[in-house]
Amino acid sequence: MNSVGEECTDMKREYDQCFNRWFAEKFLKGEGNGDPCTELFRRYRSCVQKAIKDKDIPVDGIEFMGPNKDKPDSNEDS
Amino acid sequence: MVKYFLGLNELKSSWDQVFIAFWQRYPNPYSKHVLTEDILYREVTSDQKLLTRRLLTKTNRLPRWAERFLPANVAHAVYILEDSIIDLHKKTLTTYTWNINHSTVMSVEERCRYCENPENKTWTEIKREAWVSSNVFGFSRPIQEFGLARFKSNVTKAIKGFEFILAKMQGDTPSRTLVETAKEATEKAKETALAAKEKARDLASKAATGKKQQYV
Repeated sequence: MNSVGEECTDMKREYDQCFNRWFAEKFLKGEGNGDPCTELFRRYRSCVQKAIKDKDIPVDGIEFMGPNKDKPDSNEDS
Repeated sequence: MVKYFLGLNELKSSWDQVFIAFWQRYPNPYSKHVLTEDILYREVTSDQKLLTRRLLTKTNRLPRWAERFLPANVAHAVYILEDSIIDLHKKTLTTYTWNINHSTVMSVEERCRYCENPENKTWTEIKREAWVSSNVFGFSRPIQEFGLARFKSNVTKAIKGFEFILAKMQGDTPSRTLVETAKEATEKAKETALAAKEKARDLASKAATGKKQQYV
């Protein structure tokens, strides 16, 4: 899949390939310590961060799973 | 005013296969509206949870009557964040997905929980909740109706896409993705070689015909 920064797509594919293998062969078997893809991720991420900045995509300062917190669990259609 | 959606889906694959497919589901024949995908953040916690934030870009086709609520000259692509937690002990995947631009016109928030089907452990259950809202004065109701209808059609596409990727994973040897990647790379290399050959031939013919060529 393409990256939002065209110039990052090759780095992303390289990282994805590394991650997918690690995820299936290590993480899911409970051997998730020591992610071998961190260096590829670092390289890819710095490329994406630049693209995000150039395109003014508002991703900064958003808490992880953030806006979710005050959602009622299941209220019916209001 | 918020439109609320609650739905259950079943995937006829085990949780671990579904989780593998979750990271590989784009592109698929039903994901034409998904333009880009990026991983912004990833962490494995000490209690074996995998936390990830992805950024997706999707097309944002609005009906003509709603187009006017978007500022002129603004990129119509919609940016979406998808936070997820995979809990290896509980065998669950929880996602929270929402749009971070155009959210005054329409905001769609979705929460999914993927888990083992309690009655059939070789299947995976997806509980999906969504909240669709709009703050456009006087038009929030029709926009929400439209948003909910589109959300439902995207859910159908998402499930079909998942089934496609899962079938692809199961129908072949597990190394299929690697084989495909290698095949793609070979094709690309062939194209590059061909282009280089063409270029070389071009240069050679220019050299052979001498400087005259430059003035033609």
